[in-house]
This record gives sequence, C-alpha cells and structure tokens, in this order.
Amino acid sequence: MTKITYREAVRAGLREALRRDPRVFLMGEDVGKYGGTYACSKGFLDEFGPERIRDTPLSESTFVGAGIGAALGGMRPIVEVMTVNFSLLALDQVLNNAATLRHMSGGQFNVPLIVRMATGAGRQVAAQHSHSLEGWYAHIPGITVLTPATVTDARGMLLSALQEPDPVFIFEHAYLYSMEGELEESQPAVDISRAAVRRSGKDVSLITFGGSLWKALAAATQLAQEGIEAEVLDLRVLRPLDIGTILTSARKTHRAVVIDEAWRAGSFAAEVSAQIMEGAFYDLDAPVARVCSEEVPIPYPKHLEEAALPQPDKIVKAARTLLG
Amino acid sequence: MTTSLTREQGLELLRHMLRIRRFEERAAELYQRGKIHGFLHLYIGEEAVAAGSIPSFTNEDAIVATYREHGHALVRGTSMNQLMAELYGKATGCARGRGGSMHFFDASRRFYGGLAIVAGGLPVAVGLALADKMQGRKRVTGCYFGDGAVAEGEFHESLNLAALWKLPVLFLCENNLYAMGTALARHQSQPDIAAKARAYAMGADTVDGMDVLAVETATGRAVELVRNGNRPYFLEYRTYRFRAHSMYDAELYRTKDEVDDWKRRDPIATFEQHLRQTRLLRDQELQQIEAAIASEIEDAVAFAEAAPWEPVEDLNKDVCTGVRRKT
Repeated sequence: MTKITYREAVRAGLREALRRDPRVFLMGEDVGKYGGTYACSKGFLDEFGPERIRDTPLSESTFVGAGIGAALGGMRPIVEVMTVNFSLLALDQVLNNAATLRHMSGGQFNVPLIVRMATGAGRQVAAQHSHSLEGWYAHIPGITVLTPATVTDARGMLLSALQEPDPVFIFEHAYLYSMEGELEESQPAVDISRAAVRRSGKDVSLITFGGSLWKALAAATQLAQEGIEAEVLDLRVLRPLDIGTILTSARKTHRAVVIDEAWRAGSFAAEVSAQIMEGAFYDLDAPVARVCSEEVPIPYPKHLEEAALPQPDKIVKAARTLLG
Repeated sequence: MTTSLTREQGLELLRHMLRIRRFEERAAELYQRGKIHGFLHLYIGEEAVAAGSIPSFTNEDAIVATYREHGHALVRGTSMNQLMAELYGKATGCARGRGGSMHFFDASRRFYGGLAIVAGGLPVAVGLALADKMQGRKRVTGCYFGDGAVAEGEFHESLNLAALWKLPVLFLCENNLYAMGTALARHQSQPDIAAKARAYAMGADTVDGMDVLAVETATGRAVELVRNGNRPYFLEYRTYRFRAHSMYDAELYRTKDEVDDWKRRDPIATFEQHLRQTRLLRDQELQQIEAAIASEIEDAVAFAEAAPWEPVEDLNKDVCTGVRRKT
C-alpha cells in the first residue's frame, strides 16, 4: 500500500497507458505545456513528445470528434475535456457519433475512445463551473460511464477502459484530486463492471458514486455513533449499471438512500431508485429516499453552495427518517 | 470542357452520373409507393460532383459523407443491391437496414457514413486523418458536406485544426446554394466559401460542380496535393439540387425560373452533348448504358423486396460490447 493523491493516481494511470501502447495518445486543452488543468499530465510533453501529448484549440466538439475519427482509424485516443461544463459543447459528437456509430452501421464500426473530464461542485466556482452531468451521459446507450472515487479506481479504471472496444467516459470529481488514499499496488487494472460495497452494514443502504462517496462514508460514521449500521455502496459504473449488487444490498438492509450531486429531478438517483422499486419493492420497509442537489444554479458563496449540495448531515437525516 | 478525354473515361463518367440519377428516380417512385420511409434526400442535379470526385480517391483512402450520400456510395462501389436494401430497411442493406437513406456505411470501402448532423462529419474526418498521419500512412480522407455546414462551429474548428496540425484531409463543400431552404446569401456575411478556408491558411479552389470534367480535374489535383503535401486542402463545388430538400418541400424559397435556369445546365445532359460533339458517344452506346443500369436497378429492387428484415431479437445487438458482455 502506498499513500498517493487522486491526481497522482490519475497521472500514474495515464503514464502507464502511454508507456504500454504506442497507439495511445493524449489530446485536450492544456494537457501539454501547461501539464493539465489538474496537473494530471505534468511532465508528459517532455517524456512522450508533442505527437502523443497534443494541446488542442478550445474546440471541444472538434477535438472530441477527432478522437472518434482517430479511434476509427486504429489509434487509442484519450481525450481530456477540461471539465464536464465544457463537454456540453461536444455533446453532439458524443451522442450522434461516438455512441451511435456501432449500432447504426450494423456493427461495422466501433469507437475505442476514452474521454476523461472533471465533474462536480464544492470549490466555489459558481453556476457555470459546478455541474454534475454524468447522469446525462449515463442516459446514452452505446457508451460506458465510469466514476472513480478512490485512488485505486482513479488509476486502474483508465487502464481497464483501454481494453474496451467502445467509448468509455470517465468522470473525475474535481474535489477529489487533492485527496490522499491508499493505492492497492497489486491491481493496476481494475474491474469496471461491478459496484463495490465500501462499508458493510445491516440497517440502511447508502448508494452513491464519485465525490459523494466520501460524504456517504462520513454520514455512515455519524450514524454508527447513533447505533445505526449503514452499508455504503459505490456504484463505480453508471452504465451499464450493476443492479445486482444494488438489489442485494437493498434486500439485506430493507432501506435505501440514493445520494447524487446532480439536481434531483431526472437525476441518476431517480433511475437507481426506480430500479430498486422494480427489483426489490417487497423487500423494502420504507420508500427509497434521495439526497440530491437543490434545484438551483450552484451559487458562489460558500454557505449557499454547501446548502445546495448533498452533505453528510442531510444523508444522516434521510437515513434516520427511513428508520422511523 | 477539355478534349483529351478517352472514350472509356467519358463513358465511365456518364455511366456514374446516370446510375445515380436512375437509382434515385426509382427510389423516389418507391417512396411514393410506400416501400421507402423516413427522410429521402435526393442528389439529382448534383451528380457531377460525386461522379467526378470519388474516383480520385484510392481504396485505401477514407470517405466521410452526409445524409445526401446515395451518389457517393454508388460511385465508391458499394453494390446497388446493398444500397437499395438499405433504403428498404432490410437486413442485407449496407448498414443492416438500421440507417436507411441517410446512413450508408461500408467498412470494406472505408465509407464512414452517411452522417446526418450538419457538419458533424468534419471532426471525424480530421481524426481519421490524424490517425493516418500518426501511423505514417499516406492516405487521404475526403470529407463531403454542404454549404449549410459552413455556418456551424465545427466547420471552423475542423478547418483550423486540420491546417494547424497539417492533416491529410480534403474538404469537399457541395455548395447547392441552400441550407435546406435558406439561401447562402441570407445566412453568410461572407458568401465566398473558399475564402473562409483560405482564412485558415489552407489552399482552396472553387469548381463548377455542374461540369463533371472540371470536378474530376480539380479533385484529382487536390487529392494529390493533400497526399504528397501532407496538409489539408479545400474544394468548393458550385452545384444545384433539382428536387426538393427531402421528399416533400413546397419550395417557397426559390423560383421556378431559377430552378429552370439551373436545369439548363444539367450535368448529365450537358456532358452527354459534349461526348456526342467530340464523337465519343453514339446512340447505341447510350442505349446500352441505360439498359445495363435499368437491369441493375430491377435486380436491386428484386433483391431488396426478397431480403429479410433483421429479427427483432437482434435489436440490441452491437449497441456496445465489452463491459456489457461480461455482466
């Protein structure tokens, strides 16, 4: 076990990918000279050269589309879209080309593309830089959506994603880059099909992903002091969703709280909630609860931003309510 | 028009154009009869562009086209049987019937669609060219789009990136003067499309898209410039769509006189006349070409009629593999 930051873990994964496979290259805004907005590719330009570490113009739609074309042409591009906020400019390429080409071409073309981006709020960067839209991406058939929450996943999911023949989108919560964690050295590549139980419990399931995992774990610690044993599930993969692990947990605890930093209406939490109702309704002792963001643009002042987002105390309160 | 044309070359170009026109005339009729559904964007009037340009590319080169791509796929060599079956939505179509008129694909001919979001193919073409450049292959990617695409951000982003990174893409703008129903002069402050390409430090020519020989000459030269110069190039073909944008369209945006003026420049009729004047075409040869095409179309319709539908059980096939397969 080594202590490492999430940022270093992402960087280690990228570096290993670039070293392993000459078809892999990195492309995006400020990935080269600047070293990556979150310093995930610092030093890469010197180590791998400008052919493989490509600074792009601020043209999200075109460099994501170029990633699609390069993947069709036999490369293994890793495209960094600085943040999910800017990825909106590339949604057409994602939905109409990356996700669609294999099916629409009758199976003739596949797009082995990786797109990484930072997501989430909590850093006082206001309404245009605080989106949590991974649930939108998880709505799209034809792509895989990953949300690494631990340093082991931050490194390993990327390496596993490179083995996929179809597009994989990786959402790294911006709040996590500075977080330190224990890296499991033995597992360079990790499973990317299953959810993980991060804490075992019998009274209530706290189901979440990405940056909210740590809030759910904090809530579980607090609940334990009150004698409530919460099980914490890290979804890890939003599409295809590992519903089996979710239902197993819900059947065991009979209560579920879904935590999602996106806005409540139409959130990914709504999908998880619906699937629990469909699959484990008669095992539940209470309706599924959701803790999501308030239905407002995320404001700049700290106290308002905190009030807008899911927080451990809101999760604790929701869990307590379910337990009556 | 030049006169150094051989009989074989001349007849081949004429045959390409006639195949497109007759195929589409039949497709329009089949649409009226309820055999073909959805959108059907006809290329009639613009045949000289596909017929004159597509043969300039080698089998190793890539083609990215738009929703008005019947002609491009026919000239590229995808069989008429597969194309007609695709229009019918049958399982033996060139995209297993899943795409229809707007989404022809043929991996064996490096034909990447049939992409129906305006300008959406340009970034993909840039990426295909990037892959070729990074792997040291001397291939060219030909990217077709219409005048409507020049208003999209992706047009400007893609030209910039291709020029900046010196990528082997040939941008081929089929300017038929209307973005669906909006005339170029009504949506562009600078209606000279080639001038926009030059603004991105890219060589560009404007070509008479109603003259198949002019198209052939300009495209052949441009493809080699891209292949040997390892940088992009831009061609604007001035052409005209004789039919409605899709199957139904009241055509309120243009006058009958304007359409008639352009029809007097019909690329097939004018080229046929040229071949006769230069004694490269006789009535008998024309009849033979027409008869062969008619028979090919009959076969294609019979093939499409008899073809099976994709079983509903296969609906979810090829959405994606990998992770999904393991769970």
